[in-house]
Amino acid sequence: MTVLFGQLFTGVSIGAVLLLIALGLALTFGQMNVINMAHGEFIMAGAYTTYVLQQTITGAGVSLLVALPVAFLVAGTMGVLLEALLIRRLYARPLDTLLVTWGVSLMLQQLARDVFGSPNVQTRAPELLTGNIGLPGGLTVANNRLFILALALAAVAALTLALRLTPLGRRIRAVVQNRDLAAVSGIATSRVDRTTFFVGSGLAGVAGVALTLLGPIGPTMGTNLIIDAFLVVVVGGIGQLKGSVIVAFALGVLQATGEYLTTLSVAKVMVFVAIVAFLQWRPQGLFTLRTRSLA
Amino acid sequence: MTLFRGRRILAGAMTLVAAVALTACGSKTSDTDTAAGVSADTSGDTVKVGLLNSLSGTMAISEVTVRDAIMLAVEEINAVGGVLGKKVEPVGEDGASDWPTFAEKAEKLISQDRVAAVFGCWTSASRKAVKPVFEKNKALLFYPVQYEGLEQSPYIFYTGATTNQQIVPGLDYLKAQGKKSVYLVGSDYVFPRTANKIIKAYAAANGMTVLGEDYAPLGSTEFGTIVNKVKSSKVDAVFNTLNGDSNVAFFKEYTSAGLTAASMPVVSVSIAEEEVKGIGTQYLADQLTAWNYYQTTPGAANEKFVAAYKAKFGPDKPTSDPMEAAYVSVHLWKAMVEKAGTFEVEKVRAAADGITFEAPEGLVTVDGTTQHIAKTARIGKVGADGLITEVWNSGQPIKPDPYLKSYPWATGLS
Amino acid sequence: MTAVVGPPTVTTVGPVPAGGPPPGRRRRALRLRAAAGFACGAALLFAVAPLVLSDFRLSLLAKYLCLAMVAVGVGIAWGRGGMLTLGQGVFFGLGGYAMAMHLKLADAGPGAMPDFMQLYGQLDELPVWWRPFASPWFALPATVLLPMAVAFGLGSLVFRRRVRGAYFAILSQALAAAMVILLVGQQGTTGGTNGLTDIQGFFGYDLDDPVNQRMVYFVIAACLLGLLVLARQLIQSRYGELLVAVRDGEERVRFLGYDPASVKLVAYVVAAGMAGLAGALFVPAVGIISPALIGIVPSIEFVIGVAVGGRATLLGPVLGAVAVAWARTALSERFPGTWTYLQGLLFVLVVAFLPGGLASLVALARRRGDDGPPGRFTLWRKRSRTETVA
Repeated sequence: MTVLFGQLFTGVSIGAVLLLIALGLALTFGQMNVINMAHGEFIMAGAYTTYVLQQTITGAGVSLLVALPVAFLVAGTMGVLLEALLIRRLYARPLDTLLVTWGVSLMLQQLARDVFGSPNVQTRAPELLTGNIGLPGGLTVANNRLFILALALAAVAALTLALRLTPLGRRIRAVVQNRDLAAVSGIATSRVDRTTFFVGSGLAGVAGVALTLLGPIGPTMGTNLIIDAFLVVVVGGIGQLKGSVIVAFALGVLQATGEYLTTLSVAKVMVFVAIVAFLQWRPQGLFTLRTRSLA
Repeated sequence: MTLFRGRRILAGAMTLVAAVALTACGSKTSDTDTAAGVSADTSGDTVKVGLLNSLSGTMAISEVTVRDAIMLAVEEINAVGGVLGKKVEPVGEDGASDWPTFAEKAEKLISQDRVAAVFGCWTSASRKAVKPVFEKNKALLFYPVQYEGLEQSPYIFYTGATTNQQIVPGLDYLKAQGKKSVYLVGSDYVFPRTANKIIKAYAAANGMTVLGEDYAPLGSTEFGTIVNKVKSSKVDAVFNTLNGDSNVAFFKEYTSAGLTAASMPVVSVSIAEEEVKGIGTQYLADQLTAWNYYQTTPGAANEKFVAAYKAKFGPDKPTSDPMEAAYVSVHLWKAMVEKAGTFEVEKVRAAADGITFEAPEGLVTVDGTTQHIAKTARIGKVGADGLITEVWNSGQPIKPDPYLKSYPWATGLS
Repeated sequence: MTAVVGPPTVTTVGPVPAGGPPPGRRRRALRLRAAAGFACGAALLFAVAPLVLSDFRLSLLAKYLCLAMVAVGVGIAWGRGGMLTLGQGVFFGLGGYAMAMHLKLADAGPGAMPDFMQLYGQLDELPVWWRPFASPWFALPATVLLPMAVAFGLGSLVFRRRVRGAYFAILSQALAAAMVILLVGQQGTTGGTNGLTDIQGFFGYDLDDPVNQRMVYFVIAACLLGLLVLARQLIQSRYGELLVAVRDGEERVRFLGYDPASVKLVAYVVAAGMAGLAGALFVPAVGIISPALIGIVPSIEFVIGVAVGGRATLLGPVLGAVAVAWARTALSERFPGTWTYLQGLLFVLVVAFLPGGLASLVALARRRGDDGPPGRFTLWRKRSRTETVA
């Protein structure tokens, strides 16, 4: 029973991590069709931001809270630079963005190695986040996992509200649904694109801060995450956030169950097979955006 | 419906290919001027050595520091006049964390640069990939990392620990501490799987029970399930053979699950001072490691090594076991060459037996038959300052036994 | 993928599908040109390269040519068919493992097990699925047919359900990741992360002998030329036209009464077979096949070589693959610490600013140089101006 609950919670927390790293992609890939392989390196930038801030701000808790907005800005700025310098030229060739950003990610990794050194660096987590909450029946829930779950849900809520309620959100949705029509309606699509990319990349930075609580902070930390994140968005369905949210948690629980019943490797393969099977059933993902375009 | 046109072109072209191929092959069969066994180029007043480590890719986190340690040793040797009167000229190559690249670069160092010896490699997979290259060319590799044993190539010197100098002492220590059960956690590759096979054989013969065995894919950073399983097994101790990044995620998860060194100690065999820095002491306090060297190991040789390393690479850079083994390997090669009086590989190998060196870890001796070195095993505890302090050592260097032939419980393992 | 930017144009450059064959004289001239180019390539590979390159460099070239074979296939599937396949490593690996399993068994001798199985697997006997590979009559065809069969199975599922564009790219990438995890997890029978190494002989020839290494090189070069001929035939056939049409306007082709899924499937299966052959020949050339060669990173690198060379041309992918692999070697030898910057920069610059790849430079220079009819076929010509490869 304890184990069962523990696994369920593990599944949910894997889902929360997936959601957090996929959320930015749901914007840049889901809404703009840009396959940004450097997204993992933006996550890395967020993690290193935490590290750098901790060199000056000594309180672990304070520095973490400060790191969240700063990392958003840092990664967002990197995203805007990437968009302005390269991706802007590639909107007509969405698949080529994959190759170009792959080259960018190679360079960013090497840059991290040269600036921060090849070995991993450490950050301190606040005391509050290293412990756990005991529940009746010997159950425990790790605080850092709860924090990440809360952060992921908060990010989803904020993003949903922003897309629904703000003028900018309306513009973004208009561009996603019909770029040409949005353009003739007087929306500056290229500015909307840039803003979307800023927010999407910034969210990667936030994910990076959260990941310092769980995993390594090093030059190659992004590469392990990127494929999972893309799968979440693809299976969830391009152009919608709710698909990514549901799929992230579903994959998390599926993986945790698989891990418990078999081995980690087999669970991973199981998840991949499940995804291929799922796309047979719904080739456009869980939720599809209805458009009139022919493709 | 015929979709394909012009079969005649195809046929004609294939004939042409065949014809050209045959003539070309026929004329080349006598060209054997560069046969296997390229000898080192020692004609000038320098002698080249190859440095083969991953400077990019996932393994760079560990291998870059090994490269630094090798460079330090080369500089020290050059400062006292080089080897046999020749300055040592290092030729560095990037293995890029990719095993076939390691093989390619090894071949390049041997056949193009004609180096006298190569120092490097970290993962077992990279060593397995370059082994045929060194054996084919009859060239020397010095491999500086603890590994899973079960290997004895005539052209490789193993200066890291084999299993009976690290894992077996680690188990002996746990047994002496009264631990009756262990849980095995490792990355999914050759070293952990082989090590765990040995641990299981040891446990069976020594009245210990193995309560679980789990592997995470290399680079995996999601340890919720494994820590859950470990926690609910209520085991006495965990034996950890995880590699690289996975250790960081594992210990963060372990700590937040409320497990500590006091309640459930972890013995790690791939966490040295450098990795401690990357994980953070708040997650590692008082956990155990098994190695042959720590930065805190006493002795004049180590003080000199640590001081020289920090002077060259920065005061905040720690030294670790693989770095020390790499540093030692260069000095051992120098000693072997000087005893042989030549850079010729076969003579150097013949001279190797019994070579000693006052290493930072203490006196080490080369065993000529296995080409491993006798090393003292040390169990250490991670301190709050990020350094590891010794809590137990084997008292004297342990003779290397890569196939565990002298351990009755290990029959059938190799 | 819903967004097609700009109207997709089906080009009618080159042989017109329904318009009958072009005048005989022009066809003959084209053939002559192709044959001449082909002879030049053959001379370069078979005579010049072995003369000027050292054994080491020649063995590197053999390795590059294997990668180039994969690139020919990617050129067809992606450049011509618009399927960005990021899982070619899987097929490369299947071919490579099939070959390596046979060679390991041949090295071990009849009835014996490969060395690593005794070390890591502690198996008493050979696993059932290894046994057929003892026979070269099974193993050799399997190196090509096995990848093709897997591609057929997967492709008929995926294309029929109209999974395409980025979905297909990421799906194929996941496939490569899954295959790596699967191989690594079965250490006792697949060699795990180590892969299958230390391959000594190739059908009775000792691979340590430089003469035999040269033979392997010649075999590889001949196979590459063969694949190029095959690819040219395919591209010039009616099928080739149809494939480009599917790339540029899948729905339109469907409305014309064709089945785009089967059109794509053929290209995908052919590309898989080419990757399988490349993997099989890679093994004797390099002496190792391991999961590191078939995962996400190498799979992307296959595609990048093609993009750098020029995806929609015949020779572009080959030259691109060789150039990228050569650049990797040369840069990392010259600048061991900083070569990844240069490699990344190369990818970024070529793909972002030279969408037709390096081949478009040549085509550009050529078009300036002579004013021949625009529809004339040359080996270099990029056939479609459409940049929507989605």
